[in-house]
Amino acid sequence: MKEFIQKQFEKNHLQSVKLLSILREIQAEFHFISKDAIEILANLLKIERTQIISVVEFYHFLSLEFRGKYEIFLSDSITDHMLDKQSLANYFAKKLGVKLGQLRGDGLVSLDNTACTGMCDQGPAGLINGYAITQLSKPRIDEIVSLIEQQVPVEDWSKEIFKVADNICKTDLLLTEEISQGSALQNTFKQGLTETLAEINLSGLRGRGGAGFNTAMKWQFCSQEKETARYVVCNADEGEPGTFKDRVLLNQYAHQVFEGMTLCAAIIGAKAGFLYLRAEYLHLYSKLEAILANRRDNNLLGKNILKQGVDFDIEIRLGAGAYICGEESALIESLEGKAGIPRNRPPYPVVEGYLNKPTVVNNVETFLAAAKIALIGGQAFANLGTKQSTGTKILSISGDCEHRGIYEYPFGTTINTILNNCGAKDVLGIQIGGPSGTFISNQEFDRVIGFEDLATGGSFIIFNQQRNILDSVRNFTDFFVDESCGFCTPCRVGTSLLKKQLDKIVDGHGSAGDIVALEEICQLVKNYSHCGLGQTAANPILTTLQRYPEVYQKQLKAISYEPGFDLNASLAPARKLANRDDAGAYLAQVED
Amino acid sequence: MSETITIDGKEIPFKAGQTIIEAATAAGVYIPHLCHKPGYKPHGSCKLCTVNVNGRRCSACTFPAATGQAILNKTQELEDNRRKITQMLFVEGNHFCPSCEKTGNCQLQGVAYYLAMKDNHFPHFFANRELDASHPDLLIDHNRCIFCNLCVRASQEKDGKNVFAISGRGINKRLIINSKTGLLKDSDIEVNDCAVQVCPTGAILEKRKGYSTPIGQRIYDTQQIDQVSLTQETVYE
Amino acid sequence: MSDKIRVATTSLAGCFGCHMSFLDIDERLLKLAELVEFDRSPITDIEHCSDCDIGLIEGGVCNAENVHVLREFRKNCKILVAVGACSINGGLPAMRNHIPLEECLNEAYIKGIGVENPQIPNDPELPLLLDKVYPIHEIVKVDYYLPGCPPSADVFWTFLTDLIEGREPSLPYELVHYD
Repeated sequence: MKEFIQKQFEKNHLQSVKLLSILREIQAEFHFISKDAIEILANLLKIERTQIISVVEFYHFLSLEFRGKYEIFLSDSITDHMLDKQSLANYFAKKLGVKLGQLRGDGLVSLDNTACTGMCDQGPAGLINGYAITQLSKPRIDEIVSLIEQQVPVEDWSKEIFKVADNICKTDLLLTEEISQGSALQNTFKQGLTETLAEINLSGLRGRGGAGFNTAMKWQFCSQEKETARYVVCNADEGEPGTFKDRVLLNQYAHQVFEGMTLCAAIIGAKAGFLYLRAEYLHLYSKLEAILANRRDNNLLGKNILKQGVDFDIEIRLGAGAYICGEESALIESLEGKAGIPRNRPPYPVVEGYLNKPTVVNNVETFLAAAKIALIGGQAFANLGTKQSTGTKILSISGDCEHRGIYEYPFGTTINTILNNCGAKDVLGIQIGGPSGTFISNQEFDRVIGFEDLATGGSFIIFNQQRNILDSVRNFTDFFVDESCGFCTPCRVGTSLLKKQLDKIVDGHGSAGDIVALEEICQLVKNYSHCGLGQTAANPILTTLQRYPEVYQKQLKAISYEPGFDLNASLAPARKLANRDDAGAYLAQVED
Repeated sequence: MSETITIDGKEIPFKAGQTIIEAATAAGVYIPHLCHKPGYKPHGSCKLCTVNVNGRRCSACTFPAATGQAILNKTQELEDNRRKITQMLFVEGNHFCPSCEKTGNCQLQGVAYYLAMKDNHFPHFFANRELDASHPDLLIDHNRCIFCNLCVRASQEKDGKNVFAISGRGINKRLIINSKTGLLKDSDIEVNDCAVQVCPTGAILEKRKGYSTPIGQRIYDTQQIDQVSLTQETVYE
Repeated sequence: MSDKIRVATTSLAGCFGCHMSFLDIDERLLKLAELVEFDRSPITDIEHCSDCDIGLIEGGVCNAENVHVLREFRKNCKILVAVGACSINGGLPAMRNHIPLEECLNEAYIKGIGVENPQIPNDPELPLLLDKVYPIHEIVKVDYYLPGCPPSADVFWTFLTDLIEGREPSLPYELVHYD
């Protein structure tokens, strides 16, 4: 083991910022991070063992305990559940002879849930030793179980098992055709850096991650900082359940994304950039590395790019399973080899980002659009969309519709149009922007996609009339409990309290005051949390409570109060130990 | 003319680089807090010091004071919600004051008293947390840890060590100890370390020191935490 | 029926310390007796609650019997008051909550030092233990809380006189204590 770690350490240039990369390698090799590994690593990197432990414990795909030669994770997104995930998970567990969340006795295989793996258009999905699997079915599970029982190494499994489709259903300005390699950069250098920034400004491009900050302004702020060591970071930590567009963009349009990063670097004067790729997209890693190598060969990256005196290179850093790392300052912490805990702001990343140097963090789609704008000019982009939301938006459409996949629309497109295009019928409502976004009802389908109306990072989950809203609300609330980083009190404790209170109501233990109590916790979590995760964690409840109060009311009992836990069940251990079955050994949940 | 902010209508001067809470403390205005301590790097996690700055909620311990800020601090809404955040801390851990050596001198209690908290309001988690009594002179009761991170910072910033870290994520957060065994006895902590003294609750305690002050003479028996805090903390000015 | 305020009290999983502290109002008891009449209470030996104005609950909920008593109080008392640390957060009895019940009972009745004829009691007369000790607000709706272990005599006096005289009860800083 020592040799292996030493090798990884050297491969990662002896840097503690690469801690996450090294730990990923150790996990892949040994399927856990042992105490010995921690000691060796702490000595090599000259960091405290506690820093390593806290990183291991923070990320979902790193573990202090042995997880088996085959580590299986099943995507727990609502979209997976809508495709019958639960019964398949049970089938999987039964076939493997292991309980969900556990390691099998012989140590061969473990099975657990994980947050949405970004395959909502082709679920139920999962990961095996980090590699994405899609369209799980009983025959597919049989095949996988047999390969595991025969201990066939994952590298030797049929490629079919790991096939990921792109499902591009509708293209517009950005997706119709990828720009030719280097063309945006050539144009940038030809027209000048300042002029290109002016074009981006003219385009009105706003960040595509969801928050919608003006891109040109962000780049300009960063370029004006005194500190000249600057960084460009592409946020490919696409973790919002229901979104998967960045996966497709990186599979088909990576050149253009990298080109966008490179011209950003030229404009802001950055020498180094990172693609922070979510762990769930490990399957894209080597392909992306090859594209970077190709761009270096073609003088589109590296020293003296296109002989214009610009030096810039891009490194891919993989995450290790943490939704919060999509928040830009948490992402930066993660890039530095730490737990992804959002920083206090100010200072903002454009002032103090990676290694406390000015850093531009943008979404994959933003860089893609920036490259296009550099080529076709800002006006051509601004001609599309609306005044406040120029250009197009790429949506990830999943749930109850005929054609799940990627759709590109000019901003301002109505929900009705989108539903018609993707073949959605009998629609109850749509989760727009994922759990952190908004649930809209079928009374609102004339609303439009745009920052001025329905802002979205791209997640678009359709629910038909047969679905129970409370199932999705519960799934989303659980998601936030699992993904809260735990830094601040309102989110750490509040998300768990939300879950308790919601479960109480949904499970039928609620009474008159319980909805008020639920709203009270919602407001606390929303208004007092440290970052966007906590501030939006109550949205699934708040947006459905606002639209469907009767759905919640129906769950309530007409009594003044009921315990939030199962009273009779809490007598069960004593009943068993005393071996009693008389009437006094039972309790009614509510007084007669 | 020096620059000023207003807190609840009162004009307060500040120096460049000061946070809102630093300016407030210097001017004798108390803003409830637990993870903040003058002289320590601001952390911003407990959220008790949340104030309303020009209509926007901010953590006073991390947010820089700036000219033109009209700040609301002691409003009914903020005090109510601070009480609820404190109640969150009480249900998250296992805080049985009558059996805690720190009782009467505990800042968590002090803040709760100040906010007139009479019950824990929320359902209790009754979390299963450990006790580390391995050290001959010190004790860690994880039941009482509120993840304020002060011991982590004290050990790094004041003691020049690195005895503590906060690990885990979400509701499973935990304080970990930097020793091969994970036990306090094998770490390089010493009784007089700031990391020991700084704990606002009874999570880190000196052994054989409990209940030494009679009831009625303990810190928060006689004074409210705002007075205690302002007296102690303006020393750092 | 007299027009005196009717007060019921009980101790669930408590130590009667709160009741002792209540009695510490000393000579003010006489004044109180002019204003209130005690219903079910250890003070009266009345076995079941009738309609009351105020119910004072000491102790948390540790067994089935506690649940029944608490419900009886909630049903019959207009105002239900959680008195003392145990009723508010389970208190010291709740320190067993992280130990599985089986371990607790084994230690007490099977493996403990000096146990003769080891067996876990199973007489139907005995109330079964809940898996955990619960604060009373997690079982019934509670109107007021009097913190303290125990709340001081002054807490009882201030609270009751406020209520009786029609004021919204409020405790000054010195009277709010968790120990």
